[in-house]
Amino acid sequence: MRPFDFCKPATPENAIEDAVGAPGSAFVGGGTNLLDLMKLGVMAPERLVDVNRLGLNQIEPIENGIEIGAGVTNSDLADDPHIRQLWPLLSRALLAGASVQLRNKATTGGNLLQRTRCPYFQDTDVACNKREPGSGCAALGGELRNHAVLGTSEHCIALHPSDMAVAMRALDADIVICDANGGTKSIALRDFYRLPGDTPHVETALNHGDLITSVRLPAPTGDRQIYRKIRDRASYAFALVSVALVLRMENGQIASAALAFGGLGTMPWRDEAVDTVLIGERPSEALFEKAGETLMSGAELRPGLEFKAGLAKRALKSVLMEATR
Amino acid sequence: MKTELMVNGANHTLDIDTRVTLLDALRDHLQLTGTKKGCDHGQCGACTVIVNGQRINSCLSLAVMHDGDDVRTVEGLSEGDDLNALQQAFLDHDALQCGYCTPGQLCSAMALLDEVREGRASHVTEELNGPVALTRDEITERMSGNLCRCACYVGIVAAIEEVASE
Amino acid sequence: MTLDLKIDDKADGTLPSPSDDGPIGADTERRDGRDKVTGKARYAAENFPEGLLHGVLKRAPGLGRTRLVNADTVRALPGVRLVLQDDRMVRNAAQGTAGEAPVQGTDHADYVGQPIALVVAEDAETARYAAHMLEVDCEGADFAVALETGETDPDMGEESTTGDPDVAFKDAELLVDQTYSTPSLVSAAMEPHAAVAQWDGDTLTLHASLQMLRYNRAEIADCVGVDESQVRILAPFVGGGFGSKLGISADCVAAALAARALGQPVRVVQSRRHVFEVNTRRSETSQRIRLAAKLDGVLTGIGHDARVSNLPGESFSESVLQGTYFTYAAPNRLLRNNLVRLHRPAAGSVRAPGEAVGVTAFEIAMDELAHEAGVDPVDLRLRNLPETEPGSGKPFSSHRLAECLTRGRDRFGWNETSRQPRQRREGDWWIGSGMAAAVRVNMLMDAEARVRLTDDGRAVVETDMTDIGTGTYTILGQIAAEALGLSPDKVDVRLGDTAFPPGSGSGGSVGAASTGTAVWLACQEIRRQLADQMNCDANDLVLRHGQAICGNVSRDITDMLAGKALSGHGALAPGEALEKVKQATWGAVFAEVMVNDVSGEVRVRRMEGTFAIGRVLNSRTARSQAQGGMVWGLGLALTEGVSHDARDGHMVTRDLAEYHVPVNADVPALDVELLEDRDDWTGPLGAKGVGELGICGSGAAILNAIHNACGVRIRDLPATPDRILLYL
Repeated sequence: MRPFDFCKPATPENAIEDAVGAPGSAFVGGGTNLLDLMKLGVMAPERLVDVNRLGLNQIEPIENGIEIGAGVTNSDLADDPHIRQLWPLLSRALLAGASVQLRNKATTGGNLLQRTRCPYFQDTDVACNKREPGSGCAALGGELRNHAVLGTSEHCIALHPSDMAVAMRALDADIVICDANGGTKSIALRDFYRLPGDTPHVETALNHGDLITSVRLPAPTGDRQIYRKIRDRASYAFALVSVALVLRMENGQIASAALAFGGLGTMPWRDEAVDTVLIGERPSEALFEKAGETLMSGAELRPGLEFKAGLAKRALKSVLMEATR
Repeated sequence: MKTELMVNGANHTLDIDTRVTLLDALRDHLQLTGTKKGCDHGQCGACTVIVNGQRINSCLSLAVMHDGDDVRTVEGLSEGDDLNALQQAFLDHDALQCGYCTPGQLCSAMALLDEVREGRASHVTEELNGPVALTRDEITERMSGNLCRCACYVGIVAAIEEVASE
Repeated sequence: MTLDLKIDDKADGTLPSPSDDGPIGADTERRDGRDKVTGKARYAAENFPEGLLHGVLKRAPGLGRTRLVNADTVRALPGVRLVLQDDRMVRNAAQGTAGEAPVQGTDHADYVGQPIALVVAEDAETARYAAHMLEVDCEGADFAVALETGETDPDMGEESTTGDPDVAFKDAELLVDQTYSTPSLVSAAMEPHAAVAQWDGDTLTLHASLQMLRYNRAEIADCVGVDESQVRILAPFVGGGFGSKLGISADCVAAALAARALGQPVRVVQSRRHVFEVNTRRSETSQRIRLAAKLDGVLTGIGHDARVSNLPGESFSESVLQGTYFTYAAPNRLLRNNLVRLHRPAAGSVRAPGEAVGVTAFEIAMDELAHEAGVDPVDLRLRNLPETEPGSGKPFSSHRLAECLTRGRDRFGWNETSRQPRQRREGDWWIGSGMAAAVRVNMLMDAEARVRLTDDGRAVVETDMTDIGTGTYTILGQIAAEALGLSPDKVDVRLGDTAFPPGSGSGGSVGAASTGTAVWLACQEIRRQLADQMNCDANDLVLRHGQAICGNVSRDITDMLAGKALSGHGALAPGEALEKVKQATWGAVFAEVMVNDVSGEVRVRRMEGTFAIGRVLNSRTARSQAQGGMVWGLGLALTEGVSHDARDGHMVTRDLAEYHVPVNADVPALDVELLEDRDDWTGPLGAKGVGELGICGSGAAILNAIHNACGVRIRDLPATPDRILLYL
């Protein structure tokens, strides 16, 4: 790690001031991802702004939804009684991720900004467009397994690793941000992440100094909520594929469906065409298979990643069968 | 940077480089080497300590982020020469071999018992809104953030089951 | 006084054997356990001599000639004390029992990740940052990095033919002909390799994390250019080894060189990535196995044709065929192993080298044959057990495989009627069971120990033997207690210090029997001295409750010692025994698994191992070792593997997030039975090894159970969901 300043501001405004004061600054919440990457030399901020003392650790019901402070830990979020009851998908996604120790530190805001686990991104001895714009992509032509098949470009195939953000994508979360000018804005999670294109180093809509202060979830659009994660060992592993589902049945038909996917995309993946295939239809295996075909129709299955198509389709079908049973 | 840590009930004032992790502060600066460094990246759990009642990976946290915090390490589990029930159960069930992951396993297991008492759910909890029963599956899932390469998992589970049933 | 024993023959009763109801074999608490559960046990990196400096290794980012681009700039960073590039630094860890320097040098990277410099600073943060800032150029080299393209080393091949295997395969009534592959695997001990080096004049004290100190001392002396007598290594606690700490590694040598150059102690701890790259991995293997059999499953031909790899300059070759030589009989055999030279990180011993992967593949093939023949897999194995070692005709010192198989079958509740796959389903899960035999060669190695009996009624055992989690402290205490008629708490055991007599070291499952016997011998020497004082034969002497009893004469031992201590030295040497008999440990593993029909995920529901390992020295610690081995088999079958980049061979999998060591949730209750067993060809204790046997059959039992559950035969390990899904 390069030497850095450390600030412990007491308000969001001060935190933003501290951040704006140094162009190479970074906010640190739990630190579970940032410190990992700093030790590897992948990230080297000159200043760390600790956002743990800003009072952003509340979970509060709001009109027609709930507001989650950016500093709420993954553990506390998963255990919140409102979340457990009305947004169990989110609890389930959180509990499927990492370990208790990590969830006790990792925060809501930090998790949204969790960076890829592409082994080439994490290796400062090889080329990576995300780490060093324009240097090339060592992953292309390399060993692929935990890489994306959706939303990739010829410059980057890095996979987004979050479980939480996948659930939030299906739950239509909004991100509340304080910016450097003292304003507050809200961005739909749908618009928060950026596809890599030819600028894979730009991952979100945030500008330098923008501070995520909370996440708002609207009332869930369905009572049937499932998070299914498939991984290489029984626990403490990243997803090979995960499926987040929010669904409502009415009169034997699928009245609403929101599906999001992990382990597939360069960002937490949602393809509304998949939802559209389902909505208004009666459940059937053929319908679910069609949804899977729709999801994977644009996939780039590079060598080593071919399995993701079959796995995703099977997982989707299984989750839909369970939800409509 | 000046940082105060309360470790196992004793107050320590450190003046340390901002880069020092809580783990290295314990091991190299306070020479409390019971807490282990296995991977230094939050991937093994050997560095698990209990901060303000919650277990965390001390390798992925900076010491300066813990100013004023209460830290409990393996050295603080027993009182004097008397082992606590979990430490004794680890010996009785041979829940250790090389011993390197053991301090982290113990801190995790201590915290686990509290988490279950508080009704915190896990990935394998069937009913999110109901009480949590400490089944074997619950223990193994909740202890999965602590790798043991000697693979003493069977003994670790038995030790926790025994203490939980007391 | 020394009692030497060379094992040339079966024990003849000249030396006493342990009783069956004394301290040996008892289920007792680990004597180092208390220090480990309280955090008092100090491992290598936890020593802080005055003035300690911190060193961080720098890895080569490529292959070929290396050059440090900005060493002067890095050297000038505040707090940096040294940028060391020294020809004596080692390319990779020494092979087990090398006793001499491994390949040295820093001006050329033979594999990506080779340590080529050390940066030393006053604090660890500065050292890590400075090492990161150090830039290294590698001048292109076009080396072979993949098993398919590398060249076979003609000097390293192994080939043995019996009968006419080609005809046997051609005329076979039943033929299995399949190729299996296993990936590079690593030990992944929880404690990273670490060393603290300190010089006092020309004498080096090294706290290090190592398994075999008698060899390690010679290796480090050879590397830095001093005499062995000038080196003392201390390793009282070692956080796991599994082969990766058999030989000294880059941390030891770099720390020693830097400490000497700076005149201050230096600590070097390998980062987890260094641990993956610098210390020997288990070679990837490709194994073509052919089994020719009659319709009833009796083997007429065995072919086992393997390819493994290693770096140029390394003498180690993964002995894939080791178990095949003696497990099953067949009149016609072709056993062949070729070593391909690759510029991947060096390969070496990892827990049960040879059998871990060789037996696993072979036992899958046996399952395939059982399926083809319609013969129960247990019966198939029983039908093919040899009377004597195939090929040599040597008798076995003890052969317990049949008993392990049948006993295991009964205990598991093996259902002989359900050998057809895809018969049992619970929801989305296919359920099935599988089994495999487990074998592992047994060896002894030179070992010495010293025991002192003091007049306060206590004994002290001293040897440089290590306890790497193996229970060695505990069993050596039990052995001395038994021999001297003491309760084990009256015995102190001091290990892991080259100032003590050289034990065998921990590796190859030899430690317990070899060093344990040396301790037994040392105690016999003390008994002889006591018997002499009483004018009786040592074999008639009974030591009990502080009394020495001979016939009807009983004397207080404290009085006999009269303020002096009695000292005994024991030395064991492997003799000609293994030229006369074939010696192995035996086992059978049964597993029940579930395979998810949607995802291909596998869960092991239960696993049972039955093992014959000679005399059990402590049933609690032995069981733990057996269970540990079984979990390694689970990892080998389901989760573990290193992938190498096909362009430059570097380890893409190099951390514990992606190298999937089994976690607690992967492991079911493990039922272990250790059969009552003695092997008289190992000396008076009749003990053998246990640390490695568990891994040898467990992986295959799980993979065979997967086939029984869902009909998918996995031949390329590990059986991750994507691989199973291909065929579901």
